[in-house]
Amino acid sequence: MTEYKLQTPGFDARFPQQNQTKHCYQSYLDYHKCVALKGSDFEPCKVFWHTFQSLCPNDWIETWDDQRANGTFPGDLSIEQFKDVKKD
Amino acid sequence: MREMMMNNMLNDVPTPWAMYFQDSATPNMEGMMELHNNVLFYLCVMLGFVTYMLYNVMTVYNKSAMAYKYMNHGQFMEMMWTTFPAMMLLMMAFPSFMLLYMCDEVMAPAMTIKAMGLQWYWKYEYSDFMVEKGETMEFESYMIPEDLLEDGQLRMLDVDASVVCPVDTHMRFMVTSADVIHDFCMPSLGIKIDAAPGRLNQTSALMQREGVYYGQCSELCGVMHSSMPIKIEAVPTVDFLAWIDEQ
Repeated sequence: MTEYKLQTPGFDARFPQQNQTKHCYQSYLDYHKCVALKGSDFEPCKVFWHTFQSLCPNDWIETWDDQRANGTFPGDLSIEQFKDVKKD
Repeated sequence: MREMMMNNMLNDVPTPWAMYFQDSATPNMEGMMELHNNVLFYLCVMLGFVTYMLYNVMTVYNKSAMAYKYMNHGQFMEMMWTTFPAMMLLMMAFPSFMLLYMCDEVMAPAMTIKAMGLQWYWKYEYSDFMVEKGETMEFESYMIPEDLLEDGQLRMLDVDASVVCPVDTHMRFMVTSADVIHDFCMPSLGIKIDAAPGRLNQTSALMQREGVYYGQCSELCGVMHSSMPIKIEAVPTVDFLAWIDEQ
């Protein structure tokens, strides 16, 4: 039997309420911005990945992935503001 | 009849003519039952008192001390009939607030299960165990129609694929819907939470004993709203991990 470690996104003080829609969406945005900025091999980006995978329904993730591929994703995935900070 | 009174089994399922809650399996539900019993005591006190007063006034109508029509002042009595209800309300409110905030907390869950309501079935996703490739575990859970029921199965409650959970593990349920509003309700676990499209509601449960728990959709969602039950099996962690392996 493979080893399993039961872990799941814990309490996030930015989203203390019952409605966790923003938590899921923000993690998705953060993951893709992280990967755009640091590359997909950067390990700390995985934290965001696990968060949105555990919280977001798979249908939503598929829809958003399709929208990103089409260029119709409504969210803000720009990383220009972070690039300037990084230089400093 | 004798069987009903000598029932030693725990009921986590609706029973005919049931008047009380189903047996609790989580601390939240236990708290709710305690609060209910606590408040019921005050309700009985008030009911008895009011009934007595009404009876007294109706039967002893002209010599009744409670309906004395020539009374003009009564400051002490007025103070009593303000403070006594206020005290009773305070005594009911404190445990109720404590329970309310306790039920809302989802501090450190060990596992997340996503439950998505569709017309007219539930879809469950276990995404904590994803490998890098991105294979998630999901399955749909349909009610077993009456003509396909086997002996011993419950009508309108049994499903083809039940949700398996480990006991004594703090679980988080993320409930949403793909079409109309549904409601994920499990009386034994003290969960009743709306599944609204576009919204992700979070609730938690810590199942303290193994067993099979039944619940039903609790928000009108169409023709077959009564035919989308939920069945949760709480098993030891070892069995749960073996089940995950099989999927």
